[in-house]
Order: sequence, then C-alpha cells, then structure tokens
Amino acid sequence: MIVVEKLTKQFNAQVVLNGIDLEVKAGEVVAIIGPSGSGKTTFLRCLNFLEEPTSGRIKVGDVEIDGSKPLNQQQGLVRRLRQHVGFVFQNFNLFPHRTALENVIEGPIVVKKMPREAATELGRTLLAKVGLAGKEDAYPRRLSGGQQQRVAIARALAMEPEVILFDEPTSALDPELVGEVLATIRSLAEENRTLVIVTHEMSFARDVANRVIFFDKGVIVEQGEAKALFANPKEERTRQFLSKFLAH
Amino acid sequence: MEAGFQLALDSAPFLLKGAYYTVILSLGGMFFGLLLGFGLALMRLSRFKLLSWTARVYVSFFRGTPLLVQLFLIYYGLPQVGIELDPIPAAMIGFSLNMAAYACEILRAAIASIERGQWEAAASIGMTRAQTLRRAILPQAMRTALPPLGNSFISLVKDTALAATIQVPELFRQAQLVSARTFEIFTMYLSAALIYWILASILAHFQNRLEDRVNRHDLES
Repeated sequence: MIVVEKLTKQFNAQVVLNGIDLEVKAGEVVAIIGPSGSGKTTFLRCLNFLEEPTSGRIKVGDVEIDGSKPLNQQQGLVRRLRQHVGFVFQNFNLFPHRTALENVIEGPIVVKKMPREAATELGRTLLAKVGLAGKEDAYPRRLSGGQQQRVAIARALAMEPEVILFDEPTSALDPELVGEVLATIRSLAEENRTLVIVTHEMSFARDVANRVIFFDKGVIVEQGEAKALFANPKEERTRQFLSKFLAH
Repeated sequence: MEAGFQLALDSAPFLLKGAYYTVILSLGGMFFGLLLGFGLALMRLSRFKLLSWTARVYVSFFRGTPLLVQLFLIYYGLPQVGIELDPIPAAMIGFSLNMAAYACEILRAAIASIERGQWEAAASIGMTRAQTLRRAILPQAMRTALPPLGNSFISLVKDTALAATIQVPELFRQAQLVSARTFEIFTMYLSAALIYWILASILAHFQNRLEDRVNRHDLES
C-alpha cells in the first residue's frame, strides 16, 4: 500500500531523515514512536508531501513520486496522492468558518465534485460513525478538542482514503478527552483500514498497532510486532526510551 | 442664520451633483482598487521573486508619495507623454491605483495571518491552491481585512476632495464654486462637510453589517 525508499529530508544543513525505507501493507496498523525531534512527524508529513523530501521515492497505491524532483513540477501527482491519503493533524485544523458537517463534506464536494445531497448524506453518516450525530451544524469553536478531532477524522474518511496518517492525534487534548479519540481510531483499525499513527500513547500503540516502529535521530532504530517490541526491545536505545514510559 | 439655511437649500442641487461625483469616484476607487489590490496581494505572496518584487515596488511608490502628486502626475503630467485624460477618468485611475496599494497590504497581511495548518488541512484533502484560497483562506482573511479596508474606504471618500484640484466637479469643488459666488463660505463648507460625514457614516454602517456577517461563526452555536 505504501512503499518508501531511501527517504531523506534536510532542513538546511540539518539531516532530519536519513534514508528511511518502509513498506506498509494494506490493512496494517503501524504506530511510530520515538523522542521529540527524532523525525517521526517529519516522516509522516513527507508521506503526503506536506513536507518536501530532499530525496527518495514514495509510492501510495498506484501513485509514485520521486522526492528529489521539485514538488512544484509534480503538483498534479501530489494532489492525486493526497486524495488516497487522509491526514489527521495534532491541532485538528478544522475550518473554523464551516460547521462540522461542512468541514466533512468540503473535500467530496470541492475535490471529488460529489453532488451536495450525496455528500451531505455521506457527511451525516460519517459524523454519526465518530459519535457526533446531532453536532452537524455546530461550528468547531463550540466543540471540545476531542469532538473537533473526531470531526477531523470524519473529514479524512470522507475522501475514502486508502491510508490515513495520524500525527500525534491526542497530544493537543485534555487528558479526559484522549480516550474518545483513541476509541474512534481503534474502531477504524478494527475495520482493517490501513493506518499510520505517530503517537506518544504507548499502551494504545501496543494494543492497537500490528507493528511498531521506533524512530531516533532520523533513522528507524528498531521495528517489530507491537507486543513483542514493547515486551522485549532488542536495541539499547529503544529500551532506554521505553523505560521512561514504564517508569510512570 | 435663516439666510444661511435658505442658501444651503438653494445650493443643494449643486452640492448634490457634486456629491454624485464624490460617490462615483469613491465606489469606483474602492472597486478597482480592491480588484487590483487583490491581484497585487497574490503577486506579493507568490513564490516567483519577480512578481512579489514588482508588487512590493508598486506598493512602496503609491504609499510613499502624496495622492495629490499622483493625481497631478496623471492629469497634468501624462499629456506630456501623449496620454490625455478627462478629469473624471484621471481621478478614477488615480484613486484606484492609490487604493490598490493599501488594499494589497491589508489583504496580504490578512492572508498571511491565517495559520499554515489551514493550508495544510485543505491540501491534505487534495484541494488546489486556488480552491484553498477561495474556500478556506479568504473567508477567514476577510474577517481580519474588513476593519482596515473599511478605514481605507472611508479615507478614500474624504480624499476624493483632492479631485477638485484636477477640475473634477465633485462635492468640495462645488462648495468652492458656490461660496466664491455668494461669499457664504462657512455655510457652504459646513454643508459639504455634513454630506461627507453622511457618506462616511453610510459606509461605516455597511462595514459593521458585513463584519457581523463574516463573524457569525463566532456568535452562533
């Protein structure tokens, strides 16, 4: 579903991603963990070209993009790729001037040219799916962080993506709101969707992901079956990192 | 005082005719200024250096020189290079070019104030830059831009009095003509001032209504 080859990213002289190779199969749930500044968020943002890679290749579905070419010259390709790839942001990034429903149906109507009625029906179904039936006409400002993030998940789902990328989806939430968002993501995992999740929620990663990837200093230090990696990390660096979470 | 009031009534047709030109110049200046200003703002935000640099120089010139000088350049100066304009078109062009510089800066700042996450959210669902600008960025940027735009529009209404210096028979010019004939200087200029005030107030009223409309997602649940 996703194939990444030798992906690198430099900000000026600083190497943020140093040759990442990764393959994600359809239906797989992958959690990416690692310390701040390890490059995991940059990696995720490169997958749908919110960040321009310095070099490397990224293939999602049947769209393949050469990261070493300037993005300006392949914008059509990038847009096609993005239609297959949903993205859920840490800060939700809902459109504040549109209601929950309008946020969800924006993509289908504007990008997919879906008739408004069909899009509205889809939008209502998706909002109900994320537990927000009745909130269709609420503006984002009137919703809690957890509700906003669930609208954002519905907005991503509305494009019927083959993969959904989550960038620390619960990091901006009050602790008591984390559960509802994680439950929503968990239900997507149970539908055998392909998900890549950058997260600091270790128990969630262990329970929901098939595979866990540990990033540090711009490289993949270790990866493996989720429960095995948490129970028995092979690399010293992974062990160090995980011990900080277990200490709590 | 009664004589003054009578004079104001008698001269009303002249003043209203002047006010008509004032309104035409104001609306025209706003319309074309906003249009051109929007184009300039897009140039300013463009990643093509030549475009953004051109817009920058344009804004710098039209904000950095007196409007009066600009009007003289257009009306009295251009004929020397073979471009002769009637007073009203010359004034309209001058006000539009000047307004565009201010509108450009206001719109550029308003667009730049929208956080990057909004662009990214739109990009992530596959929207083009143009779709993003139209559907996500501009509706939000207008909230920021409306108060300063309203200010500039009101300034423009008052600045149209400068057109009197290039033979446009607008409100201030008419007041000048009538007062020169009747020597009722105070009455005439007071009448003109009141008409400017009324025009500016109408504009301020529309501005407030428009602000309420674009802010409605703050008010409604």
